[in-house]
Amino acid sequence: MTTIHIAKTSRWFGNVVAVNDISMDISPGITGLLGPNGAGKSTLIHMMSGFLAPSAGAVTLDDQPIWRNPEAYRRIGLVPEREGMYDYLTGGEFVLANAELHGLPDPGAAAHAALETVEMTAAADRRVSTYSKGMRQRVKMASALVHQPSVLLLDEPFNGMDPRQRMHLMELLRTMGEEGRTVLFSSHILEEVEQLAAHIEVVVAGRHAASGDFRRIRRLMTDRPLRYLIRSSDDRALAAALIADPSTSGIEFDTAENALRVQAVDFLRFTTRLPLLAREQGVRLFTVSPSDESLESVFSYLVSA
Amino acid sequence: MYNPTVARLTYRALLGRRRALILGALPALLIVIAVAVRLLNGADDHAATEILGGFALASMVPLVGVIAGTGAIAPEIDDGSIVYLLSKPLDRRTIITTKLLVAIGVTLAFTTLPILLAGFILNGNSQVIAGAFAVAAAVASIAYSAVFLLLGTVSRNAVVFGLVYALVWEALFGSLVPGARALSIQQWSLAIAERIAGPGADITSEVSLPAALILLLVATGLGTWYAARRLGSLTLAGER
Repeated sequence: MTTIHIAKTSRWFGNVVAVNDISMDISPGITGLLGPNGAGKSTLIHMMSGFLAPSAGAVTLDDQPIWRNPEAYRRIGLVPEREGMYDYLTGGEFVLANAELHGLPDPGAAAHAALETVEMTAAADRRVSTYSKGMRQRVKMASALVHQPSVLLLDEPFNGMDPRQRMHLMELLRTMGEEGRTVLFSSHILEEVEQLAAHIEVVVAGRHAASGDFRRIRRLMTDRPLRYLIRSSDDRALAAALIADPSTSGIEFDTAENALRVQAVDFLRFTTRLPLLAREQGVRLFTVSPSDESLESVFSYLVSA
Repeated sequence: MYNPTVARLTYRALLGRRRALILGALPALLIVIAVAVRLLNGADDHAATEILGGFALASMVPLVGVIAGTGAIAPEIDDGSIVYLLSKPLDRRTIITTKLLVAIGVTLAFTTLPILLAGFILNGNSQVIAGAFAVAAAVASIAYSAVFLLLGTVSRNAVVFGLVYALVWEALFGSLVPGARALSIQQWSLAIAERIAGPGADITSEVSLPAALILLLVATGLGTWYAARRLGSLTLAGER
């Protein structure tokens, strides 16, 4: 079990501040690092993987610094974003070379096991240059897993993958997370993060914009109205009761959906008052669903904030 | 200080693909010239010195050095695959020294042996001309490899800068501007050839032997040290 600590870390390149005073802990399990392109995700991952020194602050693996500490790589597996990967080797040779570079006692067995994990044993004898994007990504994964690291860092791992490859990689990452590894992946695509990581860290313009369960983050933004779709035995009676309560700022009757679209301003009060009001009015609730609690809305809210 | 896996990857990068063809072309040309001159002129010490000094040591060795020295590291930095070496519990100095040894080995193989062979073809090693140039080429190979490996870690246009150094500085300035000759790996190695060859070989260097040896050592040592330093703080630019 390993935790990456990022403490009051900044990184600037000349006049450009890529990462601005960020503090976060990446704990075991899957964490999604989310942000638009150019937000500083890669800079953060490079600092976590020892390829960039923080300009200020500290990035540590448990309590060991990562920068200029090659020993940290015994515990870190890195899946870089770039494609360059010794195309003249076969996939098997590539993973074997990685196992040897780690100084593993039985590199052959380790390489074979890693290739099996990513289901690439059948294509292991083919040159990397002949691989599809998804196959390359899997072999990269195998090379990162070959030494059984406790931390797995993936920079935009789903870029350019087709849906089937994406599903496969997600499945693999889920397993890694369940095994207690610290898995961090970056993405600018919301559905990916939403499907895979309950815990997200959002970075916008170099700043740490939000952290935690994305549903909870959404709720914490009480200054932004939350939308719910509600169906009940008597929508109009429920609507009248709701609008009388200060937790609700607007209600619309959606004739197409045959449901109420409710705009709430106070999450906690709304969720406790709604069932009470319904009972007082003798109304039965059939559906209460948050209609915009997708990561997309969290994200666009954060970006515009 | 040496990692066999790093060495294997470097050898395969250098000797695979088109690079091996380019590496082999110049030595092949040297042998062809040697055979042609011998057949047309017979054994001639002066011709041997001209060809081995004027073509082999002045052009072939630096060019092979550029290809092997920069090729040992620059493509990996360029396409980002170096990350697989750097993200390992490996001292970066080990990566550099291993790559340097491979670059030296490749440069030696593609320069010293063909020069020795060409020398024997040209005049049967009379006046030890073949031996002198082979030793000079061996020493120059080491220094070129270190300097061009450093160039590979410093610049994305390592090959261009390497060619400019090899062709413009060493060949052109070296023959026109007296001061430039003193700062030339070719001249330093010539000092060694001058000492080894017989008095009739007509090999002259701009620098004295002790100065040449010191400069060769300094260039190789500094080049290697700074290359390791560069690799130590390599930040994979362009990936942000």
